[in-house]
Amino acid sequence: MDLTRLSAYELADALDKREVSAVEVTQAHLDRMTAVDPKVHAFLHRTDAAALAQATSVDERRASGAALSRLAGVPIAVKDNLAMRGEPTTCGSRILEGWRPPYDATVVARLRARDLVIVGKTNMDEFAMGSSTEHSAYGQTRNPWDLDRIPGGSGGGSAAAVASFQAPLAIGSDTGGSIRQPAAVTGTVGVKPTYGGVSRYGLVALASSLDQVGPVARSVLDTALLHEAIAGHDPRDSTSINAPVPDVVGAATRADVRGLRIGIVTQLSGDGYQAGVSQRFAEALEHLQHLGAEIVEVSCPSFEYALGAYYLILPSEASSNLARFDGMRFGLRAGDNGDNSVEQVMSLTREAGFGAEVKRRIILGTYALSSGYYDAYYGQAQKVRTLIVRDFAAAFEQVDVLVSPTAPTTAFRLGEKLDDPIAMYLNDVATIPVNLAGIGSMSLPAGLAPEDGLPVGFQIMAPPMADDRLYLVGAALEAALRDQWGHLLIEEAPAL
Amino acid sequence: MTISRADVAHLGRLARLELTDDELDHYSTQLDVILQAVARISEVAADDIPPTSHPVPMENVFRPDVVVPGVDRDEVFAAAPAHEDDRFRVPRILDEE
Repeated sequence: MDLTRLSAYELADALDKREVSAVEVTQAHLDRMTAVDPKVHAFLHRTDAAALAQATSVDERRASGAALSRLAGVPIAVKDNLAMRGEPTTCGSRILEGWRPPYDATVVARLRARDLVIVGKTNMDEFAMGSSTEHSAYGQTRNPWDLDRIPGGSGGGSAAAVASFQAPLAIGSDTGGSIRQPAAVTGTVGVKPTYGGVSRYGLVALASSLDQVGPVARSVLDTALLHEAIAGHDPRDSTSINAPVPDVVGAATRADVRGLRIGIVTQLSGDGYQAGVSQRFAEALEHLQHLGAEIVEVSCPSFEYALGAYYLILPSEASSNLARFDGMRFGLRAGDNGDNSVEQVMSLTREAGFGAEVKRRIILGTYALSSGYYDAYYGQAQKVRTLIVRDFAAAFEQVDVLVSPTAPTTAFRLGEKLDDPIAMYLNDVATIPVNLAGIGSMSLPAGLAPEDGLPVGFQIMAPPMADDRLYLVGAALEAALRDQWGHLLIEEAPAL
Repeated sequence: MTISRADVAHLGRLARLELTDDELDHYSTQLDVILQAVARISEVAADDIPPTSHPVPMENVFRPDVVVPGVDRDEVFAAAPAHEDDRFRVPRILDEE
């Protein structure tokens, strides 16, 4: 039995029955990382020693009859923008090279408390700015389906790690689609929970009003199990929602869409969407209709302006958040020769430590927030945000969930859009409205596009704090497609 | 609306980025393109629409006022570019004169 082919759910079951040990499970995944990651480059750092120590501890406690959490002993990969005490946390940036945080992000602490085994930190676009993971300062991650193509971004490392069976679970963060678009192009499942549903404490901030931590896995049920493990109120995050976590695992198990009203967003389909993406999306809708859901079309006219608003709000918040990287208290310091002033050292440090896309967005954000332009840009973008929230609210009066393709195309080729920011930004056109409104959303595989044989993502969007509906619909669709194919889509990925 | 090279240099100073000549050329061109692409938002947003700064409106959120352990001082200094005694060591912050 190849332990790396099992789902988190199956591994948890086998561990619970003591058919395998956590050390065996962990070692199998570490071996797989050694074998395939030189091709994929999903990981920036491996945490072998800590992982094996944790696994040993799980096995010892299980042997002594201690009560363990459901996912105890299951390996997991963590995106490199989440602080993990004593381990490198670079955010894919030179400015944090060698930095070891003196604390754990709340999500990391919860994973540890639940005895998941963290096997490494995953690659990402620098400070999560990008849709291809090509903006990492430490080299690109490759898509396991086609090594010449992008794995999506910014969380391409987490998605590629899961898609290449290096870990059954991963943590991502989603500011404009950074969990969902990588899931779409790698044939995996990713969820951006409702804003505030999972703590952001210890997540290195990109755009604080948009950022959300969430789960990545190969099946809807595994995603739900991880979602449940990391969600819930955190007093250390003032934007964390103090309310019960929706029953996502129950919903993933029920997988029933009978009587549910599902709305297709008119503005998130048609022109600009690859033919094979539209085809698989339409087929998925037929499945859902066949399962007893009612499909209607819903118009959200303000979504046309979402991309524009996002690319003003995000750089504005990012330019402010990234001001903390000044070379004084942590990370890189450049030009400290005894002559340069503190301001010169800050400017030289930031120039040396940040990559092109980060600088581009800092300058754009500084411009949008500067005196004389604030109202025309940032202020105006915040009004568009109101319109988008209203469009969602009106839509959810008519339907239970909204759906669209996750991304307009399948994975594009490495380098194809690297120096064309607008083309790169357009990848996020279908995922961005969700972040602006703070609602929950899932991407799951809808099949392979006929023209290129690459995975297509199906996006589900639910009202605030109704994340369970994502799992209800996602699990139903996944089951129908699994019946059709005889297996999950990810089983068709190349062996590497 | 066009952004000049001088504008980008000014923004670079505000943002503490010591931009190179190549970057000034490159970014001034690209920022123009990006701003043209996002300018459409002015078509829709009228005066009577309130701004949304945050998806979940919340006010005055405090954690319980109890003492909890902070981060370990030695670990913090170990991760700093320079430190001396129990302080971060930084370049001079005042001019010579």
